[in-house]
Amino acid sequence: MAKEKEYLEDIAAIRSIMERSSQFISLSGMAGVMAGIYALVGSFAAYKIIYSSDHVLYDDIRQYYLSPGVVQLIGIAAFVLLASIVTAFLLSKRKAKRDGRKFPDAIAIRLALNFLIPLVTGGLFVGIMVLKGNFSVIAPATLIFYGLALVQASKYTFKDVKVLGMAEISIGLLAAWLHGYALWFWAVGFGLLHIVYGIFMYLKYEK
Amino acid sequence: MKQYLEDLNKAFENRLRIGIMSALVVNESLDFNALKDLLGATDGNLASHLKALEKVGYVEFQKSFVGRKPNTSYTATSIGKTAFDQHLIALEKLINRNK
Repeated sequence: MAKEKEYLEDIAAIRSIMERSSQFISLSGMAGVMAGIYALVGSFAAYKIIYSSDHVLYDDIRQYYLSPGVVQLIGIAAFVLLASIVTAFLLSKRKAKRDGRKFPDAIAIRLALNFLIPLVTGGLFVGIMVLKGNFSVIAPATLIFYGLALVQASKYTFKDVKVLGMAEISIGLLAAWLHGYALWFWAVGFGLLHIVYGIFMYLKYEK
Repeated sequence: MKQYLEDLNKAFENRLRIGIMSALVVNESLDFNALKDLLGATDGNLASHLKALEKVGYVEFQKSFVGRKPNTSYTATSIGKTAFDQHLIALEKLINRNK
Protein backbone atom coordinates (compact mmCIF):
# COMPACT_ATOMS: atom_id res chain seq x y z
CA MET A 1 0.00 0.00 0.00
CA ALA A 2 1.26 3.45 -0.91
CA LYS A 3 -0.48 4.90 2.12
CA GLU A 4 1.42 2.69 4.49
CA LYS A 5 4.74 4.14 3.41
CA GLU A 6 3.36 7.56 4.16
CA TYR A 7 2.39 6.56 7.69
CA LEU A 8 5.83 5.17 8.33
CA GLU A 9 7.36 8.40 7.11
CA ASP A 10 5.02 10.33 9.41
CA ILE A 11 6.17 8.30 12.38
CA ALA A 12 9.84 8.74 11.46
CA ALA A 13 9.36 12.50 11.10
CA ILE A 14 7.56 12.71 14.45
CA ARG A 15 10.32 10.86 16.24
CA SER A 16 13.06 12.95 14.67
CA ILE A 17 11.34 16.26 15.49
CA MET A 18 10.65 15.23 19.06
CA GLU A 19 14.31 14.37 19.55
CA ARG A 20 15.70 17.39 17.78
CA SER A 21 13.39 19.84 19.55
CA SER A 22 13.94 18.58 23.08
CA GLN A 23 17.54 17.41 23.05
CA PHE A 24 20.78 19.11 22.24
CA ILE A 25 22.73 16.49 20.31
CA SER A 26 25.64 18.57 19.04
CA LEU A 27 27.61 17.94 22.21
CA SER A 28 30.87 16.33 21.15
CA GLY A 29 32.63 13.56 23.02
CA MET A 30 35.91 15.17 22.06
CA ALA A 31 35.00 18.18 24.21
CA GLY A 32 34.88 15.84 27.21
CA VAL A 33 38.29 14.37 26.38
CA MET A 34 39.83 17.82 25.99
CA ALA A 35 38.28 19.08 29.25
CA GLY A 36 39.74 16.04 30.97
CA ILE A 37 43.20 16.71 29.56
CA TYR A 38 43.09 20.38 30.63
CA ALA A 39 42.04 19.30 34.13
CA LEU A 40 44.83 16.74 34.41
CA VAL A 41 47.45 19.21 33.21
CA GLY A 42 45.98 21.81 35.60
CA SER A 43 46.01 19.41 38.55
CA PHE A 44 49.61 18.47 37.84
CA ALA A 45 50.66 22.13 37.66
CA ALA A 46 48.77 22.89 40.88
CA TYR A 47 50.44 19.93 42.58
CA LYS A 48 53.86 21.29 41.58
CA ILE A 49 53.06 24.76 42.87
CA ILE A 50 51.56 23.64 46.17
CA TYR A 51 54.30 21.18 47.05
CA SER A 52 57.24 23.21 45.82
CA SER A 53 56.11 26.28 47.76
CA ASP A 54 58.24 27.07 50.79
CA HIS A 55 55.20 27.79 52.92
CA VAL A 56 51.56 26.69 53.16
CA LEU A 57 49.57 28.58 50.52
CA TYR A 58 46.32 28.21 52.47
CA ASP A 59 47.79 30.53 55.09
CA ASP A 60 48.21 33.22 52.42
CA ILE A 61 44.55 33.01 51.47
CA ARG A 62 43.51 33.02 55.10
CA GLN A 63 45.33 36.30 55.54
CA TYR A 64 43.90 37.60 52.26
CA TYR A 65 47.42 37.71 50.93
CA LEU A 66 47.64 37.12 47.20
CA SER A 67 51.07 35.56 47.07
CA PRO A 68 52.47 34.54 43.67
CA GLY A 69 51.59 30.92 44.44
CA VAL A 70 47.97 31.77 45.18
CA VAL A 71 47.68 33.87 42.03
CA GLN A 72 49.08 30.99 40.00
CA LEU A 73 46.56 28.55 41.47
CA ILE A 74 43.65 30.87 40.72
CA GLY A 75 45.05 31.37 37.22
CA ILE A 76 45.25 27.63 36.60
CA ALA A 77 41.69 27.06 37.81
CA ALA A 78 40.37 29.89 35.65
CA PHE A 79 42.31 28.64 32.64
CA VAL A 80 41.02 25.06 32.98
CA LEU A 81 37.44 26.27 33.33
CA LEU A 82 37.62 28.74 30.44
CA ALA A 83 39.50 26.42 28.10
CA SER A 84 36.94 23.65 28.75
CA ILE A 85 33.98 25.92 28.07
CA VAL A 86 35.50 27.46 24.93
CA THR A 87 36.46 24.01 23.60
CA ALA A 88 32.98 22.62 24.23
CA PHE A 89 31.44 25.64 22.54
CA LEU A 90 33.67 25.48 19.45
CA LEU A 91 33.37 21.71 19.02
CA SER A 92 29.58 21.86 19.41
CA LYS A 93 29.46 24.62 16.85
CA ARG A 94 31.52 22.56 14.43
CA LYS A 95 29.40 19.46 14.96
CA ALA A 96 26.17 21.44 14.54
CA LYS A 97 27.45 22.93 11.32
CA ARG A 98 28.43 19.53 9.96
CA ASP A 99 24.95 18.18 10.74
CA GLY A 100 23.30 21.22 9.20
CA ARG A 101 21.90 22.52 12.48
CA LYS A 102 21.75 26.03 13.81
CA PHE A 103 23.99 26.84 16.77
CA PRO A 104 23.31 28.02 19.36
CA ASP A 105 19.61 27.20 18.97
CA ALA A 106 16.81 27.51 21.53
CA ILE A 107 17.54 24.11 23.03
CA ALA A 108 21.27 24.86 23.42
CA ILE A 109 20.41 28.01 25.34
CA ARG A 110 17.97 26.12 27.56
CA LEU A 111 20.65 23.51 28.19
CA ALA A 112 23.22 26.17 29.09
CA LEU A 113 20.86 27.95 31.50
CA ASN A 114 19.92 24.75 33.30
CA PHE A 115 23.55 23.75 33.54
CA LEU A 116 24.67 27.14 34.80
CA ILE A 117 22.18 27.55 37.66
CA PRO A 118 23.63 24.80 39.89
CA LEU A 119 27.15 25.48 38.63
CA VAL A 120 27.17 29.20 39.44
CA THR A 121 25.49 28.50 42.79
CA GLY A 122 28.31 26.09 43.58
CA GLY A 123 30.96 28.56 42.43
CA LEU A 124 29.57 31.29 44.66
CA PHE A 125 29.19 28.92 47.58
CA VAL A 126 32.80 27.74 47.29
CA GLY A 127 33.98 31.35 46.93
CA ILE A 128 32.17 32.38 50.09
CA MET A 129 33.51 29.40 52.02
CA VAL A 130 37.07 30.17 50.91
CA LEU A 131 36.72 33.79 52.01
CA LYS A 132 35.54 32.50 55.38
CA GLY A 133 38.65 30.37 55.61
CA ASN A 134 37.07 26.99 54.93
CA PHE A 135 39.27 25.30 52.34
CA SER A 136 38.36 21.68 52.89
CA VAL A 137 35.05 22.32 51.11
CA ILE A 138 36.63 23.28 47.77
CA ALA A 139 37.17 19.86 46.22
CA PRO A 140 34.00 18.11 47.41
CA ALA A 141 31.73 21.09 46.74
CA THR A 142 33.04 21.80 43.23
CA LEU A 143 32.64 18.12 42.31
CA ILE A 144 29.16 17.82 43.86
CA PHE A 145 27.77 21.02 42.34
CA TYR A 146 29.27 20.17 38.95
CA GLY A 147 27.64 16.73 39.17
CA LEU A 148 24.28 18.30 40.04
CA ALA A 149 24.65 20.69 37.10
CA LEU A 150 25.27 17.74 34.77
CA VAL A 151 22.27 15.80 36.10
CA GLN A 152 20.12 18.89 35.54
CA ALA A 153 21.53 19.46 32.04
CA SER A 154 21.02 15.82 31.04
CA LYS A 155 17.30 16.48 30.63
CA TYR A 156 18.15 18.48 27.53
CA THR A 157 20.84 16.34 25.97
CA PHE A 158 22.14 12.78 25.86
CA LYS A 159 20.93 10.77 28.85
CA ASP A 160 24.51 9.50 29.33
CA VAL A 161 25.39 12.91 30.78
CA LYS A 162 23.31 11.97 33.82
CA VAL A 163 25.59 8.99 34.51
CA LEU A 164 28.63 11.27 34.39
CA GLY A 165 26.86 13.65 36.79
CA MET A 166 26.09 10.86 39.26
CA ALA A 167 29.72 9.75 39.11
CA GLU A 168 30.93 13.32 39.84
CA ILE A 169 28.54 13.57 42.80
CA SER A 170 29.81 10.24 44.19
CA ILE A 171 33.44 11.31 43.90
CA GLY A 172 32.55 14.63 45.54
CA LEU A 173 30.96 12.85 48.50
CA LEU A 174 33.96 10.57 48.76
CA ALA A 175 36.25 13.62 48.73
CA ALA A 176 34.21 15.09 51.59
CA TRP A 177 34.66 11.87 53.55
CA LEU A 178 38.37 11.38 52.94
CA HIS A 179 40.13 14.59 53.74
CA GLY A 180 43.54 15.51 52.47
CA TYR A 181 43.34 14.03 48.99
CA ALA A 182 41.55 16.99 47.41
CA LEU A 183 43.81 17.30 44.40
CA TRP A 184 43.65 13.57 43.67
CA PHE A 185 39.87 13.51 43.74
CA TRP A 186 39.87 16.57 41.58
CA ALA A 187 42.16 14.98 39.02
CA VAL A 188 39.98 11.85 38.94
CA GLY A 189 36.64 13.71 38.83
CA PHE A 190 37.48 16.45 36.39
CA GLY A 191 40.30 14.73 34.52
CA LEU A 192 39.96 10.97 34.28
CA LEU A 193 36.14 10.79 34.29
CA HIS A 194 35.88 13.34 31.49
CA ILE A 195 38.36 11.48 29.33
CA VAL A 196 36.65 8.10 29.86
CA TYR A 197 33.22 9.65 29.29
CA GLY A 198 34.39 11.55 26.20
CA ILE A 199 35.86 8.46 24.57
CA PHE A 200 32.71 6.50 25.40
CA MET A 201 30.48 9.18 23.84
CA TYR A 202 32.68 9.46 20.79
CA LEU A 203 32.56 5.73 20.15
CA LYS A 204 28.83 5.52 20.84
CA TYR A 205 27.53 8.46 18.81
CA GLU A 206 30.18 9.83 16.49
CA LYS A 207 31.95 6.86 14.99
CA MET B 1 -9.45 -1.21 8.09
CA LYS B 2 -11.93 1.50 7.32
CA GLN B 3 -12.57 2.16 10.97
CA TYR B 4 -8.88 2.67 11.65
CA LEU B 5 -8.68 5.18 8.85
CA GLU B 6 -11.48 7.13 10.45
CA ASP B 7 -9.45 7.37 13.62
CA LEU B 8 -6.80 9.38 11.80
CA ASN B 9 -7.33 12.98 12.63
CA LYS B 10 -7.98 15.21 9.63
CA ALA B 11 -6.29 18.10 11.40
CA PHE B 12 -3.01 16.17 11.22
CA GLU B 13 -3.10 15.26 7.54
CA ASN B 14 -0.40 17.75 6.74
CA ARG B 15 3.22 16.89 7.49
CA LEU B 16 3.99 20.36 8.81
CA ARG B 17 1.10 20.20 11.28
CA ILE B 18 2.37 16.84 12.49
CA GLY B 19 5.76 18.47 12.92
CA ILE B 20 4.34 21.38 14.90
CA MET B 21 2.45 19.05 17.24
CA SER B 22 5.45 16.73 17.69
CA ALA B 23 7.59 19.65 18.77
CA LEU B 24 4.95 21.15 21.07
CA VAL B 25 4.08 17.97 22.96
CA VAL B 26 7.68 17.48 24.11
CA ASN B 27 8.35 21.16 24.87
CA GLU B 28 6.54 23.39 27.32
CA SER B 29 6.37 26.09 24.68
CA LEU B 30 8.28 27.17 21.59
CA ASP B 31 8.38 30.52 19.87
CA PHE B 32 7.72 31.09 16.19
CA ASN B 33 11.37 31.26 15.17
CA ALA B 34 12.31 28.12 17.07
CA LEU B 35 9.54 26.25 15.26
CA LYS B 36 10.64 27.72 11.96
CA ASP B 37 14.26 26.62 12.44
CA LEU B 38 13.23 23.22 13.65
CA LEU B 39 10.80 22.44 10.86
CA GLY B 40 12.53 24.30 8.07
CA ALA B 41 9.26 25.97 7.05
CA THR B 42 8.62 29.35 5.49
CA ASP B 43 6.99 32.09 7.58
CA GLY B 44 3.72 32.06 5.67
CA ASN B 45 3.37 28.32 5.55
CA LEU B 46 4.10 27.89 9.24
CA ALA B 47 1.78 30.72 10.24
CA SER B 48 -1.14 29.35 8.25
CA HIS B 49 -0.79 25.86 9.70
CA LEU B 50 -0.40 27.22 13.23
CA LYS B 51 -3.59 29.18 12.65
CA ALA B 52 -5.39 26.04 11.50
CA LEU B 53 -4.30 24.15 14.63
CA GLU B 54 -5.30 27.11 16.76
CA LYS B 55 -8.76 27.16 15.18
CA VAL B 56 -9.48 23.58 16.26
CA GLY B 57 -8.18 24.40 19.74
CA TYR B 58 -5.06 22.23 19.64
CA VAL B 59 -2.58 25.06 19.96
CA GLU B 60 -2.63 28.33 21.83
CA PHE B 61 -0.25 31.22 21.76
CA GLN B 62 0.97 33.96 24.02
CA LYS B 63 2.40 37.25 22.86
CA SER B 64 5.12 38.95 24.81
CA PHE B 65 8.09 41.22 24.29
CA VAL B 66 11.71 40.17 24.33
CA GLY B 67 13.40 43.51 24.72
CA ARG B 68 11.65 45.51 22.04
CA LYS B 69 10.89 42.62 19.74
CA PRO B 70 7.45 41.05 19.83
CA ASN B 71 7.64 37.36 20.51
CA THR B 72 4.91 34.77 20.08
CA SER B 73 5.26 31.49 21.89
CA TYR B 74 3.09 28.50 21.14
CA THR B 75 1.84 25.79 23.47
CA ALA B 76 -0.10 22.59 22.80
CA THR B 77 -3.42 22.54 24.67
CA SER B 78 -4.44 19.45 26.60
CA ILE B 79 -7.10 18.75 23.94
CA GLY B 80 -4.38 19.03 21.31
CA LYS B 81 -2.07 16.65 23.18
CA THR B 82 -4.82 14.06 23.57
CA ALA B 83 -5.82 14.37 19.93
CA PHE B 84 -2.21 13.97 18.83
CA ASP B 85 -1.73 10.91 21.05
CA GLN B 86 -4.81 9.33 19.53
CA HIS B 87 -3.54 10.13 16.07
CA LEU B 88 -0.25 8.40 16.89
CA ILE B 89 -2.07 5.33 18.19
CA ALA B 90 -4.17 5.22 15.01
CA LEU B 91 -1.05 5.49 12.85
CA GLU B 92 0.58 2.67 14.78
CA LYS B 93 -2.47 0.43 14.43
CA LEU B 94 -2.61 1.05 10.70
CA ILE B 95 1.00 0.10 10.26
CA ASN B 96 0.70 -3.01 12.40
CA ARG B 97 -2.47 -3.98 10.60
CA ASN B 98 -0.81 -4.00 7.22
CA LYS B 99 2.16 -6.03 8.31
